[in-house]
Amino acid sequence: MFKLSNYNYSTQRKIIIAAFSAIPMILLITFSYLPVFNMFKYSFTDWNGYSKHMDYVGFANYKRIFSEPEYFAVFKVSLYYFFATFVQMGLALYFATILSFSTRFKNFFKGVLFFPYMLNGVAIGFIFLFFFRPDGTLDTLLNALGLGHYIQLWLGNPNIINYSLAGASVWRYMGFNFIIFLGAISSIDRDVYEAADIDGANRWHQFRHIILPSIGKIVQLNIILAVSGAISAFDIPYIMVGGSNGSETFVIQTIDLAFKYSKLGLASAMAVILLFIVVIVTAAQRMLVKEEK
Amino acid sequence: MSTFKYATLIIGAIIALLPILVVFFASFKTKQEYASTSPLLPPDNWLNFANYTKAFVDGKMLLGFANTTFILVISIVGATLTGSMIAFVLNRFQFRGSKLIMGAFLLATLIPSVTTQVATFQIVNALDLVNTHWAAIILYLGTDIIAVYIFLQFLESIAPALDESAMLDGASYFTIYWKIILPLLKPAIVTVIIVKGINIYNDFYIPFLYMPKSGLQVISTALFKFKGPYGSQWEVICAGIMIAIIPTLIIFLILQKYIYNGFTNGSVK
Repeated sequence: MFKLSNYNYSTQRKIIIAAFSAIPMILLITFSYLPVFNMFKYSFTDWNGYSKHMDYVGFANYKRIFSEPEYFAVFKVSLYYFFATFVQMGLALYFATILSFSTRFKNFFKGVLFFPYMLNGVAIGFIFLFFFRPDGTLDTLLNALGLGHYIQLWLGNPNIINYSLAGASVWRYMGFNFIIFLGAISSIDRDVYEAADIDGANRWHQFRHIILPSIGKIVQLNIILAVSGAISAFDIPYIMVGGSNGSETFVIQTIDLAFKYSKLGLASAMAVILLFIVVIVTAAQRMLVKEEK
Repeated sequence: MSTFKYATLIIGAIIALLPILVVFFASFKTKQEYASTSPLLPPDNWLNFANYTKAFVDGKMLLGFANTTFILVISIVGATLTGSMIAFVLNRFQFRGSKLIMGAFLLATLIPSVTTQVATFQIVNALDLVNTHWAAIILYLGTDIIAVYIFLQFLESIAPALDESAMLDGASYFTIYWKIILPLLKPAIVTVIIVKGINIYNDFYIPFLYMPKSGLQVISTALFKFKGPYGSQWEVICAGIMIAIIPTLIIFLILQKYIYNGFTNGSVK
């Protein structure tokens, strides 16, 4: 019978390296790298996703995306989610900072603010459908507060829908930023605050000169995540309104193109463009971070 | 200053809780009561579980829970094993290609998986896994880079002297991994289980795309199906939402401390 301990350590080493790396590497290559490679390949074809042959069409798919505004409109929708993440991070930073210092019912507030992030995506979609529907939670609340004249068709008006959906997205993801910032702030040495207190620094000074510089890296990491998060917005607009009323995002459009209209080549070209955007933003971000040092 | 702080905290808490609370209220209301009362008012009868029964039975939520559990358990065991194995090799041995493997995992984090989903679908399809549990399982396994990072971080803190003393006793490298490293990685494993478990339980995209067959519905897709037939019966949908949320709530209340640690360990550094 095969027994590892029958071999000397240098042979064992080789066996264990090969055996332990094989499965993770196969998975990584098959499901992370091969799709990228194939995606580039498909983007130059007119493949429909199931036919036996595909024709090479050069840059036709790319030309189409850049010349027909309906394809590019989805990136404009991403901007709503992108700007919403700054609101989200601002709130997260504020709550993380105040809950890092002694506060009554600290754990209760921590739990409540973080909890939405743990919820099921479909459940959140329904919760906000219920929240925004005519005579739903929001309308009732506004009426009760005497603000009834502000009532809108939150999900029916194309001018407002993306604000409503981005708002739901802030509700959902704020807790994630919050908990990450909280962890980062708690790793700052307590003595620094004491020293600052003695020097007469107020909370704002402490935030500006101690907290913010110490967690700068994590804030930047979260901004990178915000870019890809904004572009990958899917659950909330799809579950709530199916991408209607001008709320269609990149992912909804790609899925529709690929699986509903069998335009796999075109969908892949869109994905390639998206990938480039993400890579460029990330690279620019890294360069900026390096310069600061 | 202090008043302002507590005022914002209370407003924050209300905004976080109110959307869920009204759904909770509605889930206990009868059809007439739902139509005639304000969403902000609690139900007359807190013991009216009719909506829950209807959502659970008609929505086949039990099937959803069974499928979710099956996928969850296999994915998590697999991700823990593969993640800790590769981390063990990368942390304990210096070998040609170890930098390359590390780089490959790092680079992969830069590719947002949604962008490549169309091409990934073709691969899963070519493997004949579409409309089986394995489509979701293999994808939850294959894309897991966070787990590798968490394990690597914990391995740093386990002294190599421990391995060496085991080697003096003649233990094989596999024994070292299985009997020494893995038990010591327990906190990291808990972290990975929590972070992965939450992601899998809440994911809609993968099951929706890869397992459209109704017998394979998970909690997310089961709930999504309420949209058509129950479109006007919000009291039933609300009960369905609560059924999907309650397990999360219970786990959150029990494991709060570990969850906070899990998220800070998983995403920072």
